[in-house]
Amino acid sequence: MRTVRRNRLGRACAGILIAGATLFASAGAAVADDPSASASPADGGDAGPTEAGTTFRTATPVQQEQTATAGASTGDYLYWVFPADAGQRPTVHAKVTLPENATRHGASTWQVDVYDGLRRRQACMYGHQTRKAAPDANTVELSCVLRTVRAWSEPWANDPLPGSYYVRLTVVDLAEEDLGLPVRAETRVTSVDKGGAHDVDGTLSEPLVPGASSVARVSSGDGGEDGTAKVSLGSEPEDGWASGWWTDRWLWTVGGGVLASLAAVFGYNLTRGRGRPSHVPPGY
Amino acid sequence: MITRKRLTAGVCVLLATLTAGLGTALPAAADEPPSALVPKVELVLDVSGSMRTRDIDGQSRMSAAKQAFNDVLDAVPDEVQLGIRTLGADYPGDDRKVGCKDTRQLYPVGPLDRTEAKTAVATLAPTGWTPIGPALLGAADDLEGGEATRRIVLITDGEDTCGPLDPCEVARDIAARGIHLVIDTLGLVPNAKIRDQLTCIAEATGGTYTAVQHTDELSGRVKQLVDRAAEPTVTPVATEGAGSCSAAPELKAGLYTDRQVIGKHRWYRVDVRPGQELRASVSVSADRAVDNDYGVLLRAVTTHGREIVRGAESGTGRTDAISAGLRYPKPELDGEDGAEPPAETVCLQLGNSFSAPASVKTTPGMPVELTIDLVDGPDNASDVAAFGLGRGWWLLGAMVLTGLIAGLLTGWISRWRVAVWRTN
Repeated sequence: MRTVRRNRLGRACAGILIAGATLFASAGAAVADDPSASASPADGGDAGPTEAGTTFRTATPVQQEQTATAGASTGDYLYWVFPADAGQRPTVHAKVTLPENATRHGASTWQVDVYDGLRRRQACMYGHQTRKAAPDANTVELSCVLRTVRAWSEPWANDPLPGSYYVRLTVVDLAEEDLGLPVRAETRVTSVDKGGAHDVDGTLSEPLVPGASSVARVSSGDGGEDGTAKVSLGSEPEDGWASGWWTDRWLWTVGGGVLASLAAVFGYNLTRGRGRPSHVPPGY
Repeated sequence: MITRKRLTAGVCVLLATLTAGLGTALPAAADEPPSALVPKVELVLDVSGSMRTRDIDGQSRMSAAKQAFNDVLDAVPDEVQLGIRTLGADYPGDDRKVGCKDTRQLYPVGPLDRTEAKTAVATLAPTGWTPIGPALLGAADDLEGGEATRRIVLITDGEDTCGPLDPCEVARDIAARGIHLVIDTLGLVPNAKIRDQLTCIAEATGGTYTAVQHTDELSGRVKQLVDRAAEPTVTPVATEGAGSCSAAPELKAGLYTDRQVIGKHRWYRVDVRPGQELRASVSVSADRAVDNDYGVLLRAVTTHGREIVRGAESGTGRTDAISAGLRYPKPELDGEDGAEPPAETVCLQLGNSFSAPASVKTTPGMPVELTIDLVDGPDNASDVAAFGLGRGWWLLGAMVLTGLIAGLLTGWISRWRVAVWRTN
């Protein structure tokens, strides 16, 4: 318990330091970061992996903002895994380029499912999670908007937590004759930063990345050599996981305190009137 | 307490750097190359008489396959050990019994000599029957040994008419041996029976089925499958869950596989120390024809039978697997100093609610993949918002108002005191 408490204190004091620094520096620094973050989706993102996994275990790691492509056969289950951190609300976009019309025999229904690092299915708030492609359609586009990732939740809840997220893309209904025909799939994950409104208290010690403990065991040296080093089934964000202490609530709270003290000084001055009354002789 | 706080303030920057450092150190360990795990692939090619038919880009199926093989052999990654097995290559006669045993290893699984392998393929001529079942059994034996990924790529243009060995059952039995073997199938003819058989084989082992119409599709797909074998993956450890918690195997952190018969529970045990968090996730694969509605339930139960937490999922329609997960942070114990508090044994109960038509065999059970992680417990929330901090215009308004009132009161009180002092 003591270590936990100390961690919290550490998180809090780092937060206060930074909040102070940010207050005294200009708030422009934070604003300046935003255009670069929102500019990258516009230019189409970097090219990601060109293969997809076929099970949770072999899912291809992909970063957010990357476009992952894969050639596959109709009926394959395609898996990708991407990292999502607290405060982000990820959206999974998927596009399937169907086989030529001449070789197809009917409509097909495609579906994208998202699972978290514990392989729990995550609900899509909105988006076209399942879509039917008409017999003459060339492509079908799917999307899934997840809930905002929280830093902590009750163990009994199914809330999205920081960690790996699996994307599974497959056809769920089709004409039997179309099974096995070649398709091209493309997937891309973007996310919106939902800001301090979604910053909750508490943190996980490790993000929900499968194999987290095995990897940690290896790095601490008392793990086996026999392949345990590879038990990292997920991926981590390019700039690492957020440490969990920063939230813009620091700015609001500290700013509120500053405003309150200004208001107090103002209120105090109101009661004093305009300095010393003129009829009071000096010396009193 | 005050000194501790000060100490914490002193090291808080250090803490932040440490956390960042740890974050980057972990993936480095994860990227280490596989140690002596050589992926093995066997290409199983149908050389039955029907391969003579000229219906792939104007050339015969056999020459399309040969051309594809040449491309593939050129592109095989160096770390992959590749072998080739044929079926129906040698016996041209009509005797079904002999014809149905006609499978042989054309090129042994091992480091690849590209020219030698190509020469061997060039000698093939369409000849006999289509004994897919025996060929798969043979291929599984060829790939025996080692712990790495194993893949069989089956290329055929006909269904197995040999019986009584159903190749689909054979594939499921091979998969049930627990040797992480995946069979991918490629069909050269768009025919319902062949498609059913090949999808069944692929499904039984977690592989894929492809309908080939052009030569370049064939070589592209086989290349892709061979490359897939070269991808480093985690090899799960086989375990066998028991019918009750007391008899259950004790699992440490890691990745496990098991088989679960429909309707039968599986129990596992995990020791969780106070302050640790147990994370368990499970997938049950639908490796055979199952009914359209299904589910999986994973429960963490104490040794006395009290349920701690559960993960459940249900689904409907076409699927490869259904999965669920749970986490159980065991609270830190306050109390005796020094002595390590005893670990709690948590029983994990796995149940699935798949159902299958009566014609489908239920044994061997369905493949189960179980991931167990033990990490430090979470830093629990004491408030809804981060650190109990506030946010929003209402907060600012309330604080400004409070400040204003406090300032006014202070001012009035001090004026009143000055007035009282002056009158005295």
